[in-house]
Amino acid sequence: MIKINNLHASIEEKEILKGLNLTVNAGEVHAIMGPNGAGKSTLSSVLAGREEYKITDGSVEFDGKNLLELSTEDRAREGLFLAFQYPIEIPGVSNVNFLRTALNEIREYKGLDAISAKDFMALVRQKTALVGLDSKLATRSVNEGFSGGEKKRNEIFQMAMLEPKLAILDETDSGLDIDALRIVSDGVNSLKSKDNAIIVITHYQRLLDYIIPDYVHVLFDGKIVKSGQKDLALKLEEHGYDWIKEEFATRK
Amino acid sequence: MANYTENELAKDLQNQEYKYGFVSDIESDKIPIGLNEDIIRLISAKKNEPEWLLEYRLKAFQIWSSMKEPSWAHVNYEIPKYQEITYYSAPKQSKKYDSWDDVDPEMKETMKKLGISLEEQKRLTGVAVDFVMDSVSVATSFKEKLGELGIIFCSFSDAVREHPDLVKKYMGSVIPTTDNFYAALNSAVFTDGSFCYIPKGVRCPMELSTYFRINEGGTGQFERTLVIADEGSYVSYLEGCTAPQRDENQLHAAVVELVALEKAEIKYSTVQNWYPGDKEGKGGVYNFVTKRGICERDAKISWTQVETGSAVTWKYPSCILKGDNSIGEFYSVAVTNNYQQADTGTKMIHLGKNTKSTIISKGISAGKSQNSYRGLVQIHKNAHNARNFSQCDSLLMTNQCGANTFPYIECKNSSAKIEHEATTSKIGEDQLFYCMQRGISEEKAISLIVNGYCKEVLNQLPMEFAVEAQKLLAISLEGSVG
Ligand SMILES: Nc1ncnc2c1ncn2[C@@H]1O[C@H](COP(=O)(O)OP(=O)(O)OP(=O)(O)O)[C@@H](O)[C@H]1O
Ligand SMILES: [Mg+2]
Repeated sequence: MIKINNLHASIEEKEILKGLNLTVNAGEVHAIMGPNGAGKSTLSSVLAGREEYKITDGSVEFDGKNLLELSTEDRAREGLFLAFQYPIEIPGVSNVNFLRTALNEIREYKGLDAISAKDFMALVRQKTALVGLDSKLATRSVNEGFSGGEKKRNEIFQMAMLEPKLAILDETDSGLDIDALRIVSDGVNSLKSKDNAIIVITHYQRLLDYIIPDYVHVLFDGKIVKSGQKDLALKLEEHGYDWIKEEFATRK
Repeated sequence: MANYTENELAKDLQNQEYKYGFVSDIESDKIPIGLNEDIIRLISAKKNEPEWLLEYRLKAFQIWSSMKEPSWAHVNYEIPKYQEITYYSAPKQSKKYDSWDDVDPEMKETMKKLGISLEEQKRLTGVAVDFVMDSVSVATSFKEKLGELGIIFCSFSDAVREHPDLVKKYMGSVIPTTDNFYAALNSAVFTDGSFCYIPKGVRCPMELSTYFRINEGGTGQFERTLVIADEGSYVSYLEGCTAPQRDENQLHAAVVELVALEKAEIKYSTVQNWYPGDKEGKGGVYNFVTKRGICERDAKISWTQVETGSAVTWKYPSCILKGDNSIGEFYSVAVTNNYQQADTGTKMIHLGKNTKSTIISKGISAGKSQNSYRGLVQIHKNAHNARNFSQCDSLLMTNQCGANTFPYIECKNSSAKIEHEATTSKIGEDQLFYCMQRGISEEKAISLIVNGYCKEVLNQLPMEFAVEAQKLLAISLEGSVG
C-alpha cells in the first residue's frame, strides 16, 4: 500500500524527519507512537502533501505510484486520507456541502458521475449513524463551534464518507470521551477491509484495545527506532520512552 | 501550500481574464459626442419627452456644470473626459416586440452569452425581466399579470409617458439633482431605466428583475431607476449586469431612488459585474452610482449587493430612516482583483424614533486591488432609541492588496445604541490544505471558503440570484489553474 524509504523532510531549515522507513500493506493496521515533537504529525503532513515541508531525500510509493510527485488533492483522490490532529474550521460552509464537493471531485477523478442528491443524503444518514455523529452536525458549518470531541468524530465521519485506501488517524483518540472512543473505534473497525490500511498515531495504548494494530512503531527524533507488535504498546505504557531513548543513545 | 497561497494564488488571480468580454453587433443609433444644452435637447427630443422633463434636465445640467468631481474617495483614476462621451445610444429598432419570438436572434445570443437565459428565467423562476440593452428597454414580460394587481413595471421612458404624475412626484425626491456630481450628470443626460410602482397593500408575487448592460463602445450609461412601494406593499427587486470587454474606460453613473411609504418593504438586490479592466488595469468600467431609499413610518428597505466588477466603483446605497420604527439594512460583498478599486459602503441616516439599521459588509481583495468600506451612521437629534449594528470584514487573498475600513459615526441623541465590529483576515492556508486533503481542487477550495465567508450576505439574495452570485464570485476569484 505505502512504502516510505529513507524519508528526510525539513521545515524552515530545520530537519524533522531524518531517514524514516515504513511499509504498510493492504489489510494492515499500524500504530505509531512516540514522544511529543518526535515528528508524527510532520510525517502525516508530508504524506498528505503540505508544501511548507521540504523533502530533501527519500521516496514514497503509494499504491504503485510516486506519491511525492502527486498534488495534494490528487493524493486524496488516489485514496489517502488524513484525520487531522487539529481539524480546521471553515465558517459558512456546511459539512454536507463540503463533503459532497469532495466526494464528487474524487468521483470525477475516477471517471464516475456525480452522486445524486438522494444517494448522497442516504450515504450521510448511514455514515453519521456508523460513527455516532449527531446528524445536526452534518449540516452545520465545517467544524465551526464543534467541541473537541465532535471535531474528532467529524474526521472519522468524513473518512467513512470518502472510503480511503489509506487512512492516517493523527491522535484521533485525544479529546474523545470513553463512550465516544468506543463508538469511533467501532466505526473505524467496520471500515477496515483487506483492501485498505490504517495508520493510527496515538499516545495511549487504550485506543489500541479497540483498534487492534498488527504492528506498533516508535517514532523518535524523526525516525522509526523500534517496531514490534501490540505488546510493545503495553510496554511503552508501562515504562515510558526513557528506555527507548537510552537504547537509541547507546546505538549512536 | 503556503507557497501556493502567497505567490501562485496571487498569480492565478491576476491571470483571471474577464469571462464575459465580448461585443455584440447590434446597430446602434448614436448622437454626436460631447455634452451641452443642445445635446440635452436632442436626447429629450429623440425620446419625445414632455417639456417639464427637458426643463428638469437643463436645470440639472446647469447644476452639474457648476460642480467639481469629488476626489475624496480612496481611489485613483483618470478622470473621464466628459466631452468625449456619447450620451445617447439606442439599439436601432423602431418597433417594440410583441412576443419573445420577435426578439432579434442576435440579442438572444447576447443574453445567452451572459449565461442568463431569459426564457429559462421566465419559465422556471417566474421572474419578470425587463432587459435593458444599452439604454432602451427592448423586452418586457409578465406585464399583464402584474397589471392585474395594479403593479407598474416598465421602462422609465414609458413611465414618463404613461404615469407622468407619479414620475413628477417622486423623481428626485430622494436624490435631488444637487446631491452630487454624478447624480447631477445623470439627471441631465439619463437615457432610460426602470420604473416600478406597487399599489397600497399589494405584495408583488414575483421578483422583479432588470438586467442592465453596456453595449456600445464609448457610450456612457446613465440609468435611472425609481421604485415606489405604496403603503403596506412589498416588492423584491433584482438588478444584475455584465459588460463586454472594452479598451477605453466606460462611464456608468446611475441613479436609483427607492420610496417605501408607510409599512412598505423594498428589498433591492444587485449582482454587479461590469468589466473590471485587464491585468494591467487598463479599460474597465467606472461605476459611480447614487443609490438611496427613504423609509416612512414602519417601512423597511434592504439593500443587498454583490460587487465583482468595475475598474473603479464608487457606490453607497443608503437609507434615510425618516419615519418612526423604520428599518434600513445593507448587506454587501465586494470583490476586487488586479488593479480594481472599490470605495463602497452605506449611509444610514436615522431621523425617526426607534429606527434600526444593520450593516454587514464583506470585502475580498485580491491581486493589487484596493477595497475600501466607507460607512456613515448618522443619528439625528430626534431619533430616540435608534439602533445600529455594523460588521465589516475584510478578507485578503494576497500580500499586495489592500483593505480599508472607514466607519463614520455622528450621534446627536444619547439614547442611541451603536455597535461596530471589524475584522481583517488572510485566506487561511490551513483551510485550503484541509479542503485539498479531501480531494478538492485549489480553485474549488477558494470558491468554497469565499462563499462561506460571504454566506450572511448571499443568504439575503433570492435563490436564483444567489446561485448566480456564487458563480460570479468563483469567476472573479478562481485561478486559471495550470
Ligand atoms: N512550522 C514549523 N516551524 C518550525 N518547527 C516546526 C514547525 N512545525 C513543526 N515544527 C517542529 O517539528 C517537530 C515535530 O512536530 P510534530 O508536530 O510532527 O510532532 P508530533 O510528533 O506530532 O508531536 P505531538 O505528539 O505533540 O503531536 C516539533 O519540534 C515542532 O516544533
Ligand atoms: Mg502531532
